[in-house]
Amino acid sequence: MSKDIKIKKGLDIKLVGEAEKATENAIISNSYSIRPEDFHSIIPKLVAKEGTRVKAGETLFYNKDNEAMKFVSPVSGEITEVQRGPRRRIDAIKILADKEQTFIDYGKFDLTSDAEKTKAHLLATGCWSFIKQRPYDVIANANNTPKAIFVSGYASAPLAADLDYTLAGKEAELQAAVTALSKLTEGSVHVSVGKTSNSPLANLEHTITHKVSGPHPSGNVGTLINKVDPINKGEIVWTVNAQDLVIIGELLLTGKFNAERIVAFAGSSVKKPRYFKTKLGAEIATMVYDNGVERDGNDRIISGNVLTGKQVAPDGHLDYYSNVITVIPEGDDYELFGWNKPVFNKISTSRALTFSWLTPKKKYDLNTNTNGEHRAFVVTGSYEEVFPLDIYPMQILKACMYQDLDEMEALGMYEVAPEDFALTEFVCVSKQPHQKIIREGLDLMLKEIG
Amino acid sequence: MGLKQNLHNFRQKNKDKKWLPAFSAIHTFLFLPNETTHNGTHIKAADDLKRTMNTVIMAMVPCLIFGMFNAGYQHHLAFGEIQQATNGFFSAEFWTLDNFLVGFWKVIPLVIVSYVVGLAIEIFFAVKNSHEVEEGYLVTGMLVPLIVPIDTPLWMLAVAVAFGVVIGKEVFGGTGMNILNPALTIRAFLFFAYPTWMSGDKVWVHGAVEQDQLIAAGQNVDAISGETILGSLAQGKAAGYEVMDMFYGLIPGSVGETSTLLILLGALFLIFTKIGSWRIMLSSVVGALVMGLIFNAVVSSGWITESSKFYGLMSTEFWHHLLIGGFAFGTVFMATDPVTASQTTKGKWIYGFLVGFISIMIRVFNPAYPEGVMLAILLMNVFAPTIDHYVVQGNVKKRMKRLKAKVA
Repeated sequence: MSKDIKIKKGLDIKLVGEAEKATENAIISNSYSIRPEDFHSIIPKLVAKEGTRVKAGETLFYNKDNEAMKFVSPVSGEITEVQRGPRRRIDAIKILADKEQTFIDYGKFDLTSDAEKTKAHLLATGCWSFIKQRPYDVIANANNTPKAIFVSGYASAPLAADLDYTLAGKEAELQAAVTALSKLTEGSVHVSVGKTSNSPLANLEHTITHKVSGPHPSGNVGTLINKVDPINKGEIVWTVNAQDLVIIGELLLTGKFNAERIVAFAGSSVKKPRYFKTKLGAEIATMVYDNGVERDGNDRIISGNVLTGKQVAPDGHLDYYSNVITVIPEGDDYELFGWNKPVFNKISTSRALTFSWLTPKKKYDLNTNTNGEHRAFVVTGSYEEVFPLDIYPMQILKACMYQDLDEMEALGMYEVAPEDFALTEFVCVSKQPHQKIIREGLDLMLKEIG
Repeated sequence: MGLKQNLHNFRQKNKDKKWLPAFSAIHTFLFLPNETTHNGTHIKAADDLKRTMNTVIMAMVPCLIFGMFNAGYQHHLAFGEIQQATNGFFSAEFWTLDNFLVGFWKVIPLVIVSYVVGLAIEIFFAVKNSHEVEEGYLVTGMLVPLIVPIDTPLWMLAVAVAFGVVIGKEVFGGTGMNILNPALTIRAFLFFAYPTWMSGDKVWVHGAVEQDQLIAAGQNVDAISGETILGSLAQGKAAGYEVMDMFYGLIPGSVGETSTLLILLGALFLIFTKIGSWRIMLSSVVGALVMGLIFNAVVSSGWITESSKFYGLMSTEFWHHLLIGGFAFGTVFMATDPVTASQTTKGKWIYGFLVGFISIMIRVFNPAYPEGVMLAILLMNVFAPTIDHYVVQGNVKKRMKRLKAKVA
């Protein structure tokens, strides 16, 4: 059953520096890096040793809990370094790419294969890493069968890459991927597209398409799940990012793990924001500094969007799951009487001498200043205005903080992921780290309940 | 960049000092901190707790200033030095410098004592527990002088503030953790510890107590009586004031509670800025009107007679209850305190209604003291978590039902 989903609660954060719809090939970066921390809760067992050569699609490490689950190299080249942190934890695997790329050939996959074969193929080729599960927002456990699979084809986050644009022309790959995924669930593959969009995801077979409209987080997969088929205790759903379907699809069709991805390069510190074709794990310095970010500027580089992305160093790398790189100014300066003077250049959901309500269409140039210090929860009712899920946000956050597992479960912890709390964190007057609180709560549940 | 840089350097140099929160409290009043986000959202909305609290204070400032004029006006009126202002709120006789100065010199010390004692305790606990000084007391400190009688001795106020902040707030863990509204805890302490200073017909007009003491000492001066409207009604007397006087606030009462007009303006400001909960305010007004109507119905159906001691207040027109006493002020500025009120949307409707309903009930039936807003809000503060619990359980039950429907 297709369903139109219209949400009212939420907030569109309009920022300066939206990527113009023009794609350039990023200057080929030679350095790639895969960071196990992107795969939350996976303990890696290293296969590739320092100094050895790998092909694109060759296994770098596997999941300690499930040896069949491989994580593969996005490029062919030489493994130059395995960076380790405390207690010999693997921080990053660095690869120096070859000029001529060579791929492991996994062979064209028969899309009529059954679930077991499909599963095994995705696990062996590294494509399983793109499939996440809820509860807990971690990489899917391959031993389960989800009740449904969800894909959001509508990006509503600030300065997000426009999926209609980045996925254009990839219908064949998308179709192959969802056909394979539809074998893995007893239910359906649900895909959301923007109501007015022209998405290549709109008319796929083996899917149910939902049209969504309304402010962010209308494009979050968590919103889609909550409105279509909320998760109950004991149930599992899987989610895949739309742009990763392309990699899965291409692997199924051609046998090659092609880590190519079109990435939006956006934010107010970028002189000419537009799209770049690059690969996951690519070093971003060449892209960032050759394209209009001041080399000695005081900027924050984020792999991902401004609400949920990770801060990366200038010599950092594109996150495994991101399709946007955002650069905004740092806000590490004091502001005289900043707490009481009228504010015109920042976004606020109140009208407490903040005037963003006067200019709903204006685009803002926000920096990373917290606009105040961390405090206890005081204000009530403001989270609910930007939180469309049928869950009490403040109550569940507090339950996470005092680690009451029964209460977390009762309030709907199985349904949420940290990104669902990005907007409540943005508007929080007490500047509480909502996403971190939820992540820690989920980790606790995963550990205690599993 | 002289001052900004100097303060920054000073802060860096003393980063590990125990007293840093005390410095921070002042520093952050001058400058919005240079703190940046880490992982999580990289951008944040403009509002912080200081801005929120400041908005509430701004909404109270008209009441404070009016309270100063009114204190002087009531004083001069009671001593027969001026005539009743003929034009209500817009009388030139009311807005005189003389009236203002009398009130100013009485009210400002109350404000100063309230803030100095309260903030000193807040800073002490912040340093002791090494966390930043939270802004909760900014509003409490302004509320306190507005809800006490004008002649309240300063030492009494200091003791009450100390009690209220420590017992009402800090023992629970400080701002955001308390169960009872701290300002009302302070008011309740004064009320129960020093009842003679909090009720009767002497305390509401500046100078009346003093005059009484002179009489007691055998001097031949006139006794001054400044009964509140509620006091008169409770004794079965007429209110003695025009309805418009009640609305404008040219009546005796606690410093800032008398002008319904200005409280209404403050309420509109709080609702417009989305800082105060309109749901609590509206449902509280509805609750008060319903209780008032019930009492009016009791009177009109002849269930009680004029000889009943409740007759005066029960027969008061139901909507007059909104204008007299501390109802308007309590509803707008104290029932809406987000920490101690209900936190869920549905809970706010229930909580607000009961605040209004019980306020008028206690007001009418309280034999010793004809006002119930303080006790009603404190009572509902205690019940707010229970209300929220049942509202949240509704959500939990919905989830359970969904699960059962699946399994069945």
